[in-house]
Amino acid sequence: MEAFGLLLHGFAVLLTWKTLVLMMVGLVLGIFVGVLPGLGGPNGVAILLPLTFTMDPTSAIVMLSCIYWGALFGGAITSILFNIPGEAWSVATTFDGYPMAQQGRAAEALTAAFTSSFIGSLVAVLLITFLAPMISSFALKFGPPEFFAVYLLTFCSFVGLGREAKHKTVISMSLGLLLAGIGMDTVSGNLRMTFGSPELLRGINFLVAVIGLFGISEILLTMEERLALRGHAAGISLRVVLSVWKDLPKYWVTLLRSSFIGCWLGITPGGAIAASFMGYNLAKRFAKEPESFGKGRIEGVFAPETAAHASGTSALLPMLALGIPGSGTAAILLGGLMVWGLNPGPLLFVEHKDFVWGLIASMYLGNVVGLVLVLTTVPIFASILRVPFAAVAPMIVVSCAIGAYAIQNAMFDIWLMLGFGIVGYVFKKIGIPLAPFTLALVLGNRAEDAFRLSMIGAGGDLKVFWSNGLVGSITTLAIVLLFWPVIDGLLGRVGWRQQDKTATQ
Amino acid sequence: MRISVKAVGAAAALLLTTPAFAGWEPTKPVEIVVAAGAGGASDQMARMMQAAIQKNNLMKQPMVVSLKGGASGAEALMYMKSSEGDPNKVLIAYSLIYMLPLSAKIPFNWRELTPVSVVALDQFVLWDNSAGPKTLKEFVAAAKAASSPFKMGGTGSKREDHVLTVFLEQKTGAKFSYLPYKSGGEAATQLVGNHTEANVNNPSENLEVWRAGQVRPLCVFDKERISYTTKVTETQSWADIPTCKEEGVDVQYLMLRAMFLPGKATPEQQAFYVDLFHKVTQTTEYKEYMEKQALKPIFLTGKDMVQFLEEDDALNKSLMTEAGFVAK
Repeated sequence: MEAFGLLLHGFAVLLTWKTLVLMMVGLVLGIFVGVLPGLGGPNGVAILLPLTFTMDPTSAIVMLSCIYWGALFGGAITSILFNIPGEAWSVATTFDGYPMAQQGRAAEALTAAFTSSFIGSLVAVLLITFLAPMISSFALKFGPPEFFAVYLLTFCSFVGLGREAKHKTVISMSLGLLLAGIGMDTVSGNLRMTFGSPELLRGINFLVAVIGLFGISEILLTMEERLALRGHAAGISLRVVLSVWKDLPKYWVTLLRSSFIGCWLGITPGGAIAASFMGYNLAKRFAKEPESFGKGRIEGVFAPETAAHASGTSALLPMLALGIPGSGTAAILLGGLMVWGLNPGPLLFVEHKDFVWGLIASMYLGNVVGLVLVLTTVPIFASILRVPFAAVAPMIVVSCAIGAYAIQNAMFDIWLMLGFGIVGYVFKKIGIPLAPFTLALVLGNRAEDAFRLSMIGAGGDLKVFWSNGLVGSITTLAIVLLFWPVIDGLLGRVGWRQQDKTATQ
Repeated sequence: MRISVKAVGAAAALLLTTPAFAGWEPTKPVEIVVAAGAGGASDQMARMMQAAIQKNNLMKQPMVVSLKGGASGAEALMYMKSSEGDPNKVLIAYSLIYMLPLSAKIPFNWRELTPVSVVALDQFVLWDNSAGPKTLKEFVAAAKAASSPFKMGGTGSKREDHVLTVFLEQKTGAKFSYLPYKSGGEAATQLVGNHTEANVNNPSENLEVWRAGQVRPLCVFDKERISYTTKVTETQSWADIPTCKEEGVDVQYLMLRAMFLPGKATPEQQAFYVDLFHKVTQTTEYKEYMEKQALKPIFLTGKDMVQFLEEDDALNKSLMTEAGFVAK
């Protein structure tokens, strides 16, 4: 009950005209940066951070976190309309969101995306409100073996639960892992695969690859097929929104499961990216007709969006309570906190109650206001689809190039993005899935580091991955998921034999 | 204003620029390049400077923080190297400028950049979990008696933390397995979560977990104690931490925090930044930050700075060679 009282206090801090105006400004700016591929949440927050230096900490963090929420909402727009993930965690949203837009159900997909973002964040905020102290001690249980087990679980769930041919998934993932190895190896301190090129020192940035693989390759495909941007501009009306909402209860299992995965991965710095992929794969796994995924199924939008946002929101908790940022944007917010003289750590909740609860209250308000704002502006975004392809395509390419450049201010990244565009095009042509490739590029390094640190700590003994209940159960689950098709087959055969027996008896 | 006039005069005299001060000023936003990830000690310092400059109107153009922590900071070094002649970029450097070219054979030499000023010296402290041994002697005894080597968390391989660990091994005879994490913050939480037995973080990186009573400082790697006597935790101040030498293990290391311009900056441009960062060190933001993060305030520029860098470089080189971290 103490939490509830403090939360009300937080709302009291927040409900002034000045704060509400800042909130709206933040949300609009956030949606704007979210829509531009590559610019995204972290860059948007970084650019706008100095604006807030003259504000008091509470107003400043409210505005910045609203930019963050806005960017979370905005990322879904380009994924669905153009198949270009604005944010890394929107990649999984493109799998079904884009086909829906092609079928003329853009408005439906957008409504689904925004609504599930809202639900995911809401669940995570509720969790933060009531479980903050407990969760921070849970996150402390994670050492290198536990981190590795989580990454392993993500990789295995991809191979085991994916619908694509297993060998193609493995090929794609291995290529991603190979590219992830470029640059400085933090464990040995040596350079790998840089061939003396200073450009390759920093490795291949994940976002650059994603913009190319998804955005540029999509433009190439569309050009080849001489089509206008496929899909009809569906005007969003209250009717569409209500009909999507009416169907929501049907998907409660998906929503709940994704929220849970998201919160869990957000707190255990596994990150929103892993969460969105896992949410999607599990929804597909447990669906009655998994074949229909990837062809424009609304659950394929619900699942990753809910998970990504639950995780994006709950990632703020380890940042506040432990000072470990769970995401890139959280890391920038962390820098901001320090400028205002607030040091994230276990004592922040005790010493700066006003600030912490003001921030938590802003998560509730920001989400509600954000949802209303994006739903009312969807017609504007959806109308982009009505513009002829010849006019939109150059704009998309330019905005992709700006995005790729802005990440590290490097011209080299634009060439890299174009290169990945061609790779993406070829992969799509020969049917190699792109998702495992991007996943490996994001998590490859972290998984490798976690594995090697575990090995150094344990003196090379693999038993460390079963050394306690937590890591043991995650590792076991990962291996079960990896061999799931085999296990599923065996179970099926046993079941079939039993049936057979009963039939003959 | 009196201070700044004096500073300009001093800077001009030091650099022997003629005519005295041509009044160059940046015409574009100035980028402050951080050779580390978000939230780390360099990033925090850059943001402190950004805020100090903006709040006190020390410069007309805005200052932006640009994180180039890729490849353990090598990205920032190569970025500075390739920005030769561009006076709108300032690197906030630390000991990586000596170490990275040695350990990873990065084609970089700090002498190719234009030195501006040394703005602070950072300490290293040996920390253990508050449930662990209470003094350095007990800690060393426990490490020697342990069946498997104690795990020492740090940031990066073949860098300051790793060097300190190797020297700790040499001086005490205890064995450690060194775990290079991505950041000091991560090393701190891993120590709190008991995944490592100790770390050698900078004061700023462990400050919050120390205040929360989750870790204990065992000793500071300097020849004298930290000067700040204000209580940080309920019972202790920074000055209460003994030096490692007092505790019988003579290992010392201080890390510079210094500002550099890219190569081929003009004396006027150099003078502008010397003056700017001198003003920064006079602000309350800087002073509060120094005390809070337990940094040693210092301001060196011109010949003094170059002499300091040469000596520091030689010291780091010998440490790295002795630890066996120099790539062949």
